[in-house]
Amino acid sequence: MNDLAAATAAPLTGASPAKLKVRDVHFYYNGFHALKGINMDIPEKQVTAIIGPSGCGKSTLLRIFNRIYAIYPKLEAKGSIELDGENILDPKFSMNRLRTKVGMVFQKPVPFPMTIFENVAYGIRHHEKLSRADMEIRVEQALRSAALWDEVKDKLKQSALGLSGGQQQRLCIARGIALRPEVLLLDEPTSALDPIATGRIEQLVEELKHEYTIVIVTHNMQQAARCSDRTAFMYMGDLIEFDNTEKIFTKPSKKQTEDYITGRFG
Amino acid sequence: MSAVYARRRVVNVIALGLSGLATLIGLIFLVWILEITVQHGFSAMKPALFTKITAYQADGGLVNAIVGSLEMDLMALLICTPIGVLAGTYLAEYASSTRLGASIRFLNDILLSAPSIVLGLFVYVIVVLPMTELTHGRISFSAFAGSVALALIGLPVIVRTTDEMLRLVPGTLREAALSLGVPQWKLTVQVLMRAAFSGILTGVLLALARLAGETAPLLFTAFGNNFMTVNPLNKMASLPQTIYQYTGIADAALNAIAWAGALLITLFVLALSLLTRIMFSRKKVSYE
Repeated sequence: MNDLAAATAAPLTGASPAKLKVRDVHFYYNGFHALKGINMDIPEKQVTAIIGPSGCGKSTLLRIFNRIYAIYPKLEAKGSIELDGENILDPKFSMNRLRTKVGMVFQKPVPFPMTIFENVAYGIRHHEKLSRADMEIRVEQALRSAALWDEVKDKLKQSALGLSGGQQQRLCIARGIALRPEVLLLDEPTSALDPIATGRIEQLVEELKHEYTIVIVTHNMQQAARCSDRTAFMYMGDLIEFDNTEKIFTKPSKKQTEDYITGRFG
Repeated sequence: MSAVYARRRVVNVIALGLSGLATLIGLIFLVWILEITVQHGFSAMKPALFTKITAYQADGGLVNAIVGSLEMDLMALLICTPIGVLAGTYLAEYASSTRLGASIRFLNDILLSAPSIVLGLFVYVIVVLPMTELTHGRISFSAFAGSVALALIGLPVIVRTTDEMLRLVPGTLREAALSLGVPQWKLTVQVLMRAAFSGILTGVLLALARLAGETAPLLFTAFGNNFMTVNPLNKMASLPQTIYQYTGIADAALNAIAWAGALLITLFVLALSLLTRIMFSRKKVSYE
């Protein structure tokens, strides 16, 4: 089963070893079959983009990677997703551990109703006991990595809700990477932002991929083309094609992919 | 074509006129009530109201009733706030889409509209009678029993607003916190409660405004007292119940004191409403 599944996943050309191995993943919303046997290898320390029309299951797939779907009743995932060889869908895989390893940033920026400093420190505090000085260093590191430090260093004690949308989203990224995850999931992270803020986030993604494995869901094909190394095209719950981004956007091997990227539907 | 537009314009004018008229009628009565209360109450205001107790009757004041009201209202809040906030949290965060949650919400709405005299009788049976028996009649009616009855008035208000305010917090905020590995209870207390804080506080103040004007629940519980006391195990006077007493007596001086008391309650509730308004408009957090 696994060998067959691996064979259907696209071969990795010049890619790093797989960080996440998705094998025959099915997903059901209240009985509705939303993902129909997904197989893919997500390479380490690269950016993998998932594109496809609305309702194709791209966000659903992303939300399985940190099992955030599990907070809602009547949702069910089957199959296996190996993170460094361990199946994260196994109920024995602790949720706490999974979420320190796999961070997530959402479509709309959702800062907590706290100060900027607390927004970043909040997650860390739950997992680690740090002295005040160490915490300050960690928060600064996270804000620097998210390219936000210079803009907020003088107002760390102010409410995060006063920041602009783009700044809030970078704060959410800082909050995510403050836990030092291995994988960072971005669910349409720029769809609520203006072009300038979007540009900054994309630039940030480019920088972050040296340290993190990044999976980004986007409905924006240009964005996938600009900032990802590999692109997966999904349609109606199936993974149609998964290959190097350049190849997907220049000579896709499937007709459906070509139709989608040339704008014939979706 | 223009006939259609003309007709629409006429219908629009009629609809606007009717709804405006209805608003006007409502407002007239509201202003009228306020006007009468202020007019009678203001002319009856005198320093003695705040220094003398009701035992002096027409020559006395309301100070024991004012103190009694404040004390019982506060005790009632202390009882119903924690229970109400916790119950509302349970409804919003743990039972929002379950059948149990729906039934509790329904029962809470019934409690919200329960006749207050029934709640007073209920507390008479479950607090006053057992206390009397237990202490062989040394303690019977008490301020504590009055507070319990008032708490039952405030409780459903707090449950409901807490529930609604928490459900207004966007689901993405929950997902964001949970995706950091934060457990549900921490999420609820440290993130959601904070996001909904001003709304929940508004509910508490609304409950206070609601229970501050109640008379019926106090008749068989706190009973009333012509002397000053702060001991919660004593019978205790309250503003609404004193007003009720004084208006039933054909004595112009006592009636005047009742008006003054009515004005005091009205001002108190008005101040509370203004406070909630200010708080809610200033601290409103938008995630859009």
